[in-house]
Amino acid sequence: MLPSMKRISEVVWEIPTSYKEGMRVPARIYATEKLLNQMDAEVINQITNVACLPGIQGYAMAMPDAHWGYGFPIGGVAAMDEEGVISPGGLGYDLNCGVRLIRTNLTETEVRPKVKELLDEFFRIIPTGVGCKGTVHLSVPQFKEVMVAGAKWCEENGFGWAKDSDKIEDYGQIQGADPERVSNRSISRGIDQLGTLGSGNHYCEIQTVSKIFDANLAKAFGIDQVGQICVMVHCGSRGFGHQVATDYLRIFEGIMPRYGIKVRDPQLACAPFKSREGEDYFKGMACAANNAFANRQLITHRIREAFSRVFKRSAEEMGIQIVYDVAHNIGKIEHHELDGLKGDFLVHRKGSTRCFAPGRSELPHLFKQTGQPVNVGGSMETGSYLCVGLEGAMRQTFGSTMHGSGRTMSRAAAKRQVWGEELQKRMAQQGILVKAASMSGLAEEAGVAYKDLTEVVDTMEIAGVSKKLVELRPIGNIKG
Amino acid sequence: MAEQSKQFEILDLIPGEAAFRAYGSTLSELFSNAASALFSVMVELSSVEDKVERIVDLDDPDQESLLIDFLSELVYLKDAEAMLFARFEVAVERKEEESRLHASIWGEPINRGKHRLGVDVKGVTLHRYEFKQLPVGYSAQVILDV
Repeated sequence: MLPSMKRISEVVWEIPTSYKEGMRVPARIYATEKLLNQMDAEVINQITNVACLPGIQGYAMAMPDAHWGYGFPIGGVAAMDEEGVISPGGLGYDLNCGVRLIRTNLTETEVRPKVKELLDEFFRIIPTGVGCKGTVHLSVPQFKEVMVAGAKWCEENGFGWAKDSDKIEDYGQIQGADPERVSNRSISRGIDQLGTLGSGNHYCEIQTVSKIFDANLAKAFGIDQVGQICVMVHCGSRGFGHQVATDYLRIFEGIMPRYGIKVRDPQLACAPFKSREGEDYFKGMACAANNAFANRQLITHRIREAFSRVFKRSAEEMGIQIVYDVAHNIGKIEHHELDGLKGDFLVHRKGSTRCFAPGRSELPHLFKQTGQPVNVGGSMETGSYLCVGLEGAMRQTFGSTMHGSGRTMSRAAAKRQVWGEELQKRMAQQGILVKAASMSGLAEEAGVAYKDLTEVVDTMEIAGVSKKLVELRPIGNIKG
Repeated sequence: MAEQSKQFEILDLIPGEAAFRAYGSTLSELFSNAASALFSVMVELSSVEDKVERIVDLDDPDQESLLIDFLSELVYLKDAEAMLFARFEVAVERKEEESRLHASIWGEPINRGKHRLGVDVKGVTLHRYEFKQLPVGYSAQVILDV
């Protein structure tokens, strides 16, 4: 049962602070009427719990792809002032889970006959699935260098090109990382996993450009024509980031009474951002985020190798360049001015992507005039989008938008409806080849388990927060 | 001979996540069945041979937290050693001040060609966690982050 909401605009719905005791700010949900009706009731419960957290400013916001998460909903945005808290549940446990889009000069006509060969090669050189180990073996001091340098470590160690990091959020290296703030346990869990895809909804997908909505901006991002081949990578910081989040969640559970903090859900455990524990977590989070940037960079290197081997041409010749790489589970300190608020905020984005409008100083120099590219991954059956941040994001959402399509069905329910082998066959008939480490895992990711992505990206376009530039359709996918 | 009771069942609780309820006539059996349930999400247990043994020793003031600690330790070992486990012998002792666990677990290194894999478990959560003492035995409901 949805609470009574005030309709702020066509796609913005507000739940007032009177809805729940302790709400410090209203909650706002971005959705079309159709998506609002599909939204699970837990999103309402969770986003209004988030609205109770100390220091939250403006609104607790749920993006149109929002669905149930631990403590915070996935698709949640919360900005805290300097007296506020930091919450691992609000940044996601897979820290810097994100999406990288890579472009090529190749066309669908050239690549279609080679998709199977490419997927076999991806599958061979990108470790995929439960507990997979990477192919780069690091000492503990080297792993700590990765935590500090992020994607730049890869560039400096032969796993990337000189200007790759110009096309990554924060240049692939978040400042403030301190390897002494992560446990030995997280190090031993993650040290062998660099360059691995993992499992669940993580994938590496060959896509073809199916529609271009804004030719000039698309061109500025390296997308020139319909039928151009791109590759999308969705993964994060693997066991390492998860352990960092778990460790601090445990610490925060223990110290909340000392700081007089009460939360409505144990998975909202948090600490004052300006406490020692809060600062330590932020430094540890930065380590995990940099690890994830390096992870996607190493996978990019393997993708270039795979294309070179299959097409017997150099990756440079095929123009295999990063379009952009976004984090969608992360916390950032950012300056914002909206609705009478002005200052530096700790913005929690969990299953939400930063989408800055043109002109923001944080944007890599290539994107200062255009606004930030936003990679939005859909289900492996339906397709994805490349969007761009608009001015409305700065006025409404602390510069944030959706991250994907959002699940509507549990894994068990999807598996009851869909057989992995049948799905694989059906997708092949639709022209999408899939290679999966797990057939049951494949069934769990069927398109039917997700919301309509077009409806999701259109919502944020109607809101004036981000707009569609390019639609991408899958033709081949590897997943864990 | 009495019919063997159910060891665990996979539950359908939340979009995007995996969950199970495990049973045991004793605490030790509950812990062992919960471990099987955890790995059954990641792999078809019959495809894992018991080639390598690992020992796990843990203690915690309460048995409810001890189960979460144990399952979290198994997730950690899965990643740190890149191994899957499918046989568990667990002894849980309750003393006045604490619950103590000693487990022998058997499995083998992950082999994508051999093991029929499911979905990776990244963490064990406290969300809607239920630990119950039944008229006979115990049950526990756990949601896994996948």
